[in-house]
Amino acid sequence: MPETQLKQKLLFLYLGNSSLESEVVGWSYYDGTTDEMFEAAGEDAEPPYNSVLDAMRDGWRVIQVPFIKAPQVGREYENDYLDFEFVLEKMEAING
Amino acid sequence: MDKNLLLTSVEMAQFASTGFLRFDNLVPRELCEAAHEEMSTGKLRRRAPMGSPFSEPWPDEAIGKVFRLPKVAAIIHSLVGPNPRYDHHAAHLTPANTRKGANLHQDAEYDIRDLHFDIQISFFPEDTPLESGGTLFVPGTQFRRVHEAEIKRYQNIIGQVQAVCEAGTMFFWHTNIWHSARSNFTDRDRYMFKLRLNPTVRQQRLWNTDDLDSPEVKQALNQKIPWHGQRHRIELMNRIKFWRFLTGDPTFDLALWWGRVENTPDIIVQGG
Repeated sequence: MPETQLKQKLLFLYLGNSSLESEVVGWSYYDGTTDEMFEAAGEDAEPPYNSVLDAMRDGWRVIQVPFIKAPQVGREYENDYLDFEFVLEKMEAING
Repeated sequence: MDKNLLLTSVEMAQFASTGFLRFDNLVPRELCEAAHEEMSTGKLRRRAPMGSPFSEPWPDEAIGKVFRLPKVAAIIHSLVGPNPRYDHHAAHLTPANTRKGANLHQDAEYDIRDLHFDIQISFFPEDTPLESGGTLFVPGTQFRRVHEAEIKRYQNIIGQVQAVCEAGTMFFWHTNIWHSARSNFTDRDRYMFKLRLNPTVRQQRLWNTDDLDSPEVKQALNQKIPWHGQRHRIELMNRIKFWRFLTGDPTFDLALWWGRVENTPDIIVQGG
């Protein structure tokens, strides 16, 4: 009898604002249940969800929300990484 | 230099906003084939001395003829001026059936220059369909300071542009733009020739400025890049600062973005 294991899927959604209802501006997918590799899907690619809330309604569990922070003094005009990164997970039972 | 071949102000404003310009079919197909032959036979493997004048490398090679084409030379002139410096080049090969995975990056986190910039040119010597995995660019990333490949976690960003093009297409890009090579799912090796150039003069009004006051210039500078989200206004302010640098006009503004911040009157009204 094959052993059942819980395996994790992670979905990173990057939003335009801190609200979980704001629009998705970027996304990444890491799936521990498969050997398939995910990468950039090309310029016509559509995000899997329009917002984090939409993903929650589809069963994704939010495990990290971004801090909202003021820019450091003197760095008010500097941008760097994507600002609003939400991490979501789904666990899947896999046989064997 | 034929002024009519230089970039227009509208094109420069587009470059200031998105960080790259694309030109299709710039290089005739025969010359593309000759350059491709040089790449695939390893003739371009050796690099010229870093920092040497760009006029020196490849006096007889097809790749030299590519970059001396009048329109190509004019675009280079518009971005980095006369007598640019050769930095490095690479005939990037993505072999047939190669998975690249996610590899978004910015080339040079150590290059912390505020406004001066180098350019990179991506030249596609063969037809490059989607499945062969031409370079992917993320418009509007040129003012973002990140540490090279630390952005590798990002797989997709709204508005990303992948080079899907015919032979002879070139992308001219600000070296700080985020980009990645893509997987080649075809049975054919794919080459992309990359060249980095440094300016040796101040990058100011090097293009054809006849249309500098055209409303289309402000339109191009004002454009909203979807992934900027809540950071759009700060991106806009950086773009205005860059345009001031490029035009040498320290008062340029779109509406009053900098005009408000710079408005710190010192006039004391007597009896106020």
